[in-house]
Amino acid sequence: MPNAQTTEGLPFDPLLPVESLTGAQSLIRSLEAVGVEVVFGIPGGAILPAYDPLMDSPHVRHILVRHEQGAGHAAEGYAVATGKVGVCMATSGPGATNLVTPIADANMDSVAMVAITGQVAAAAIGTDAFQEADITGITIPITKHNYLVTDPADIPRVISEAFHLAATGRPGPVLVDVAKSALTARTSFTWPTAVDLPGYRPVTRPHGKQVKEAARMIAAAERPVLYVGGGVVKADAAHELTALADLTGIPAVTTLMARGALPDSHPNNLGMPGMHGTVAAVTALQKSDLLITLGARFDDRVTGLLSSFAPDAKVIHADIDPAEIGKNRAVDVPIVGDAKLVIAELTTALAAEFERGRADIAPWVAQTHAWRETYPLGYADSDDGTVAPQHVISRIGAIAGPDAIYVAGVGQHQMWSAQFVKYEKPRTWLNSGGLGTMGYAVPAAMGAKVGMPDTVVWAIDGDGCFQMTNQELATCTLNRIPVKIAIINNSSLGMVRQWQTLFYSERYSNTDLNSGDHHGTHAAPIPDFVKLAEAYGCVGLRCDKPEDVDATIEKAMAINDVPVVVDFRVHRDAMVWPMVEAGVSNDAIQYARGMSPVWDREEEGDNESGPAKVIS
Amino acid sequence: MSQHTLSVLVENRPGVLMRVTSLFARRNFNIHSLTVGPTERSEISRMTIVVDVESQPLEQVTKQLNKLVNVLKIVELEDESSVQRELLLVKVRADSSARGEVVDTVALFRANVVDVSPDAVTVEATGSPEKLAALLRVLEPFGIRELVQSGSVALARGGRAISDRALRSA
Repeated sequence: MPNAQTTEGLPFDPLLPVESLTGAQSLIRSLEAVGVEVVFGIPGGAILPAYDPLMDSPHVRHILVRHEQGAGHAAEGYAVATGKVGVCMATSGPGATNLVTPIADANMDSVAMVAITGQVAAAAIGTDAFQEADITGITIPITKHNYLVTDPADIPRVISEAFHLAATGRPGPVLVDVAKSALTARTSFTWPTAVDLPGYRPVTRPHGKQVKEAARMIAAAERPVLYVGGGVVKADAAHELTALADLTGIPAVTTLMARGALPDSHPNNLGMPGMHGTVAAVTALQKSDLLITLGARFDDRVTGLLSSFAPDAKVIHADIDPAEIGKNRAVDVPIVGDAKLVIAELTTALAAEFERGRADIAPWVAQTHAWRETYPLGYADSDDGTVAPQHVISRIGAIAGPDAIYVAGVGQHQMWSAQFVKYEKPRTWLNSGGLGTMGYAVPAAMGAKVGMPDTVVWAIDGDGCFQMTNQELATCTLNRIPVKIAIINNSSLGMVRQWQTLFYSERYSNTDLNSGDHHGTHAAPIPDFVKLAEAYGCVGLRCDKPEDVDATIEKAMAINDVPVVVDFRVHRDAMVWPMVEAGVSNDAIQYARGMSPVWDREEEGDNESGPAKVIS
Repeated sequence: MSQHTLSVLVENRPGVLMRVTSLFARRNFNIHSLTVGPTERSEISRMTIVVDVESQPLEQVTKQLNKLVNVLKIVELEDESSVQRELLLVKVRADSSARGEVVDTVALFRANVVDVSPDAVTVEATGSPEKLAALLRVLEPFGIRELVQSGSVALARGGRAISDRALRSA
């Protein structure tokens, strides 16, 4: 259809030049040209001109959310689930500032996102005009880069650069603020054939010498660990990672951002390290003599007290971002590059290196497996007939299976979802890791479902988190986005309550949400989550007995035309274990309250004291 | 704390200074002084930033600066292999009885008197931070009314320019 036109009289093919059009049309053309399928957003005064041509776009679907924060997290969920760039759009002032939280979230978790905001007319900038906010100034510290566009001729170049910056190198959010006067002015449209960013040259191919040095060090190591971070997922390097793990037999830990990068069923996967990591993963890092760090960043939630982290380990650190290397932990072999290329080249180099000999790691591997078997993740069912939250989450994982996508909010339910769902594939686990944004789950699940419509998407949310962004249920129902939402309802801000239990003498200051079975001042739970779900056109279910958990999950799995919200009433005193208290050494890991592994005895081969199941 | 001098070539665009200073604030890096101005190429500005750091965090400073899309090139200038200058304007109390002595002192430092009034002279001096500090020590007994001092500007010694390959090598 070479002469086909849109209803606005523009050529159907968005790559073709247009002699005269508005800045707003140029903006939508640019989004079409860069391949955007979906935009999450809300119109308002300053962005209004862009919404007019957007209405007629044959290429771009717009999903009208109920709050800009929802648009931002939906764009993130879409991006993480699909590997494409997520796009959100908002107006000036409060519309833009409502995007600040998801932008900061995307920045911390390296999510490829482009946020487009309207700005007041160029002549009004700086006058404190109605709905004016300096959103480029506000977001400088939390974006990879941002732009203020006042000349409509710049729009195609800026959009092209924004998507290039968001998606390449270390991914991240890019904000494009467009003055209303630029949207309404007339301009021409030519899609640039290349980006010209002299100050932006991410290194993707690793230095051969460094890879060889790393291979030499790995061959000599007796207690190596693959410390796998979210960069491996971002680089789509899960396949390469499995090949590396298979070739070397080296035990691996997968961080909160890397769950699914290596299958949990892989014999050498020790699970998640960190504050709520498995005893095996945390201890393997502590006792390692070589950390092979792939796309991870020595976050404080992983290292615990940094000075006591993995004290005997040399460090190979591969990352696409040179600034991460050496930021927190001194490095012996730095490798700057894309994880996919780094891991592939390292695997090749290791195959050659192993020909020349290799240290025996069999005792070490056996030791890590022993830790895994002696200190498995576990929990106790409550003895009063109430539901254990961990049970709900592990049953959702078992019933929905490894093909489903799981999206968590932030808190206890997030940690249990990272622990008790078994992940086999990358991009099936979405959460707010770095920023820890409560309210992430519902809109991010919505975005993931939009990007992966044929995949089952479960949001596993807390009763606190859910109430921060649950208005997007309206968006889900109206746009036929049938997500499934499990509210792990302990009627509390559970993780905060856990800290109050452990560190504040059980003084529960302002953590009672009165939303479930445990209610204080108000007799009835507020809100009634089932009624709330029904008010939004979703199916609302409730489960408060352990024996009903499976049937309730099965029922939710059978509903695929509308969103389902399940109010799982769980008992309140469950805690996340294992735990390393904030600011202490990982050596002080407790697998249950007051119970730490007895290393000395175990190293003598006495494993009998280890519990099969730990007490929650 | 040790001081390091960085020459930073940046794209000459609105907001670049804010991106750089915002980065320093956000990463908890300490700026001792910062100057910025045009270069021999209109599309490039040059910043001279003197930072207070130990050597390990300095690497973090340069790596984080390098991540700014508008930053083209960063070079650390060592004291011994570069020329570093600051500008000082100082208003010294000097009535007719003291003026001669002040002017003599100024001449010793190869500085200039750029304004005279019945009870004060304004002195302009350029030089290394050490030289300017020495000048101030000598002028202090006369009475210093007010002073203003620029940050450092610096160039590497020798014939090469750091901007030669900035647009390609950055």
